[in-house]
Amino acid sequence: MPFLEIKNVSKSYPVDSGRTTVLKNINLQIEKGEFVAIVGYSGAGKTTLMNLIAGLHRPDTGTVTLNDLEIVEPGPDRGVVFQNYSLLPWLTVYENISLAVTPLFPNWSEAKRKQHVEKYIEMVHLSHAKEKRPADLSGGMRQRVSVARALAMEPQILLMDEPLGALDALTRATLQDEIGRICQESGKTVVLITNDPDEGIYLADRIIPLSTGPEATLGPSFTVDIERPRDRKAMNHDPRFKRIRNGVVEWLLGEGGRKHTTVTKRLVLPDIEPEDLSVARSPFDRRRRPIRKSERKVEKIEIN
Amino acid sequence: MKAKKYIIDFLLLPMVGLAASLIIWQLLSGHVEIHKNADGTTEEVKTGVVKDLPSPATTWEKTSKYVLKPFEKREELDQGVLRFTWYSLLIVAKGYAIALILGTPLGFFLGLSKAFTKMFDPIIQLLRPVSPLAWLPLGVVLFSGAGKQANEMAALFTIAVCSMWPTVLNTAVGVRAIPQDYLNVAKVLKLSRTQTLFKILIPATLPYMFTGYRLSLGIAWLVIVAVEMLTGRIGVGNFLWNEYNNGLYTSIILCILTIGLVGFVLDRGMSLLEKRFKSI
Repeated sequence: MPFLEIKNVSKSYPVDSGRTTVLKNINLQIEKGEFVAIVGYSGAGKTTLMNLIAGLHRPDTGTVTLNDLEIVEPGPDRGVVFQNYSLLPWLTVYENISLAVTPLFPNWSEAKRKQHVEKYIEMVHLSHAKEKRPADLSGGMRQRVSVARALAMEPQILLMDEPLGALDALTRATLQDEIGRICQESGKTVVLITNDPDEGIYLADRIIPLSTGPEATLGPSFTVDIERPRDRKAMNHDPRFKRIRNGVVEWLLGEGGRKHTTVTKRLVLPDIEPEDLSVARSPFDRRRRPIRKSERKVEKIEIN
Repeated sequence: MKAKKYIIDFLLLPMVGLAASLIIWQLLSGHVEIHKNADGTTEEVKTGVVKDLPSPATTWEKTSKYVLKPFEKREELDQGVLRFTWYSLLIVAKGYAIALILGTPLGFFLGLSKAFTKMFDPIIQLLRPVSPLAWLPLGVVLFSGAGKQANEMAALFTIAVCSMWPTVLNTAVGVRAIPQDYLNVAKVLKLSRTQTLFKILIPATLPYMFTGYRLSLGIAWLVIVAVEMLTGRIGVGNFLWNEYNNGLYTSIILCILTIGLVGFVLDRGMSLLEKRFKSI
């Protein structure tokens, strides 16, 4: 019996012209303690998938179950790390985390709660900044607070939606190491959504590509059989790493990416059309006037 | 160098503007000349561009007793100008408080519920542009049974009704502008309704609320003069009206300057508060 199970899930959203199906026939099974990465293009519907697991959205068809219970609303058993941190700017680091902790453990004493919050601040190495507000922190530090907040809820599963997407490459690498360490130590079940196959392979036990939307669906699952702790530098030359990476990228570029997508492109003409000045021009002649930017032409291009 | 620029920008240039205004005032104002007629009687003749406008010097001369002893109470209708202002401020504070207490929750309901907005927005838009002069008689009628308090109740009613709209509308806009992320956080953290309100909705709306509060205070202060003129409550607006009836035009100028100055100080104070909340 899988711990988290997504069965035949589809999800569509209303758009100007009817509805667009974002996800179609999603099937996924995750065992307890597993670290699964889902990698896909931007806009493929990764965040939608995450929101379905988090319970912020309900699927149109199919079911999402955790521990054999259907997910119908957000709950403290699922800790979410949002892409844009989503910290409350008027609260300090400590208050942001304690906001999540207080309603969950109402029977705890004040001291115990404080200790609990501080333990998680310590875990992400932010004890020196616990009285600071998010505006005074760097992007990497904010995301660490967000991770600490999710973990402090002591969830059964940790959901991370492109947690490192907005960070620079160096901070990203550092945080990958830290997230890897924390998840390894806590032994939690983790779903990581990312657009970087390397990040997914480096951190996860299993990596699954998500095809391009609309009607995105999950590809084959690649087990990352590289032993931990993993060394970033050594891994780049590891043949297993190369094999998995090639497999994922090939699927994404081939089967998962092969879709007819139409792109509507606006063609902006030069502001003014050339005129033959030698021809006398009548002030009432409305035919021969310069073409303005507002008269843009539109062209549809099909991309294969 | 920076200090020098500061002095020029914030001291010298405003002074020049003030001096220019005083000169224009002086040039426009009229003065009284005493003519001796051939038969020995004297006659006062007013001259000048605007004959009845007192000059700056005359204004100071005639009103200095109100300014130099601003809190003195000589008689009921003869008090220092700041004492009158104080009476006005008290009533404004009460009316303004009522406006905030009613306006803020109303704004929250409008911001949170689309149905509520569709129900009440047309009525609000209809009542919003109504002048205080139109509300006041209604207030007097509504509270006519209140005996001695009737005047005060009518004044409070008018101030509250006129000044609450910016608070209502800005709070509603602020609530609608709360990012979905914060609401998602509230859902994921399983915050109760009360916690969502106090930890997320109110802090996220505060900057908008304070913009509304500042605009509301400005209106409350505008309304007080009209209210005092019509109800006869003692205060700076009432003082202005009485002095007009007595033909003491210098006092009118004093009152206008005082009302302007107090309004300016109130607005500055609120905008400091507003900035404090915007910085978060």
